[in-house]
Amino acid sequence: MAEFLQQVVGGLAAGSIYASLALALVLIYRATDVINFAQGEMATFTTFVAWSLMNRGVDYWPAFALTLAIAFAFGVGVQRALIRPVENKPEIVVVIVTIGLLIALNGLTGWIWGAEVKSFESPFPNTTREIGGVTISTRDLGTLGICFVTVAVLWAFFRFTTVGLALRSSAVNPNAARLLGVRVTWMLALGWGFAAVLGAVAGMMAAPSVFLDPSMMLVVLIYAFAAAVLGGIDSPIGAVVGGLLLGVIVDLLGAYVVSPELRLPTALLVLLVVLIIRPQGLFGHVAVRRV
Amino acid sequence: MSDRRLLTAAKLLVVAVLAFGIAILPRFLGEFRASQFTFVAIYFIALLGLNILTGYSGQISLGHGAFMMIGAYVGAILSLGRPGLELLGHEPASWLPLGDGMEPIFTLPIAGALTAVAGVLFGIPALRLAGVSLALATFAVAVSLPQLAKWDRLEDLTGGGGGIVLNLPATPFGLDISTRHWLYYQAWGTAAALFVTAWLMTRGRLGRAWRSVRDGEIAATASGVNGGLYKTLAFGVSSFYAGVAGALLAIEVSYVNPDTFPLTLSILLLASVVVGGLGSLSGVIVGALMLEFLPIYAQDPPLVPVAFSKQSPAVAFGALLILIMFLIPEGVAGLLRRMLRPFTNALVRRQNGGSPMPATPAGREEL
Repeated sequence: MAEFLQQVVGGLAAGSIYASLALALVLIYRATDVINFAQGEMATFTTFVAWSLMNRGVDYWPAFALTLAIAFAFGVGVQRALIRPVENKPEIVVVIVTIGLLIALNGLTGWIWGAEVKSFESPFPNTTREIGGVTISTRDLGTLGICFVTVAVLWAFFRFTTVGLALRSSAVNPNAARLLGVRVTWMLALGWGFAAVLGAVAGMMAAPSVFLDPSMMLVVLIYAFAAAVLGGIDSPIGAVVGGLLLGVIVDLLGAYVVSPELRLPTALLVLLVVLIIRPQGLFGHVAVRRV
Repeated sequence: MSDRRLLTAAKLLVVAVLAFGIAILPRFLGEFRASQFTFVAIYFIALLGLNILTGYSGQISLGHGAFMMIGAYVGAILSLGRPGLELLGHEPASWLPLGDGMEPIFTLPIAGALTAVAGVLFGIPALRLAGVSLALATFAVAVSLPQLAKWDRLEDLTGGGGGIVLNLPATPFGLDISTRHWLYYQAWGTAAALFVTAWLMTRGRLGRAWRSVRDGEIAATASGVNGGLYKTLAFGVSSFYAGVAGALLAIEVSYVNPDTFPLTLSILLLASVVVGGLGSLSGVIVGALMLEFLPIYAQDPPLVPVAFSKQSPAVAFGALLILIMFLIPEGVAGLLRRMLRPFTNALVRRQNGGSPMPATPAGREEL
């Protein structure tokens, strides 16, 4: 039983990383109806920025904060420069633009920092502690905590501030928001900025265990996609719950049922089953199409 | 109708000249160059299939590399047969109908057919998905299928992470050319046959049905087109093409392993189709050339005295993709069509004295 609970906590920690990235996808999907295929590569890029900062002697937490700020500016910049010009084009054009960004960023990261794998420092000691007979790694707890705090801060921002309200209104009804004086295009850019921040958090939390290399977030991105679909692609709560749930499912299946190579196919299976049986996910809304 | 017929004749002439060029090209090429152009043919076939799926029936696939992988494994396993696999130390289950090994060229249709079955099986649940969700699901396929090939239970068939090593076949049928040149002709011959097939499929009833489903599924259904049937069919046809391309690739590189078909391949395939032009079969050749040669020339560009990094092709590819979406979302084929319009219009006007062709053929505006 203790071993089982240990697996669950490990799954939750991995799941909180999936949840952060899934939430980033959902934020952008709600704001602009686009799935950002480059979300993982944007996260990787900002994680490498954090690595460079630390390599130059900046301490972990200042580097962490600075990276989040850079990620925010980066996200806003990407929306303004690359996504806005194709906003009203067909879906496939926008998808291709984010795929182009994925390819270019992946190459650029390798170009700047080299393709060899780097180790990334974790702010938490590599120790374990005993809680109620269950041995839990401090790192897992720290990862869970950081992701939880990030999500809570974002939630409070969206819920309690005027800008947060404006952001939500531009996602729900851009025309009405515009009539009420909300600068919708800038709100969309802000949404991309926050998504990039979430991605950066996910990247920096994932990097100590998967190591730093230009393609490190591709696999995490697949889990995040599956998590977002599981929770409902238009539901922020769904993304968080879906991420945690997927983390635990994949971890438990990987530990007890299937061999580790089958973890990714398992995520794919979850994704397909949800898309077929319940396309709106656990918390999402049924898409109504006007003919 | 004479204007159409004239245009078709002009197109046929261009295709004939190209075909002649491809047929005599190996005379001027060494083994290495010939091999590069064999790859162009392989990509050409895969891109034809992907264009039928994405360009004609409007379904995005980010998983075509995975379908190529299925074809490659089928081709490799069949060409070795049971004795060949056992020689490599694999122990395939005794109930599998593996045969005793066959001439690689005969594995192509079987690889295509089995991949088509896989494509249809995936295409049926994918019917419930459209646009971005479909892109997501196929993306997941592209990532997880190589993992599945590494699965230890399948290892006796797929060779696990090490894959399957093949022998380079000798030139068959007593032909007096080198193996690399034979592989060139095998790939381009297959490509030509599949190009003609694709052309025949897309120009007639089938192509019309696909385009109508792409441009407005509800309207198509109301007009009696069975949307689900045609979308699944598109998945089947396009997987057939991917499977044949995969089997050819396995023969050309003489091995298959899960890392031959990474996610990047799937992504680059979709990117190349878009660069060539969605819904244009002739644009596919541009995409195939780019897929083979851009990585080589972007890494070590001619005329520029700078040695770029190994990563620069990716950067160039990504930037080019975004730029094309901004400037010519209809791809190179669309650009050519736009540039040639004054000439084709003049041609047509002289032919039927007056009314030029409509500015854009129906259904092409939005891409």
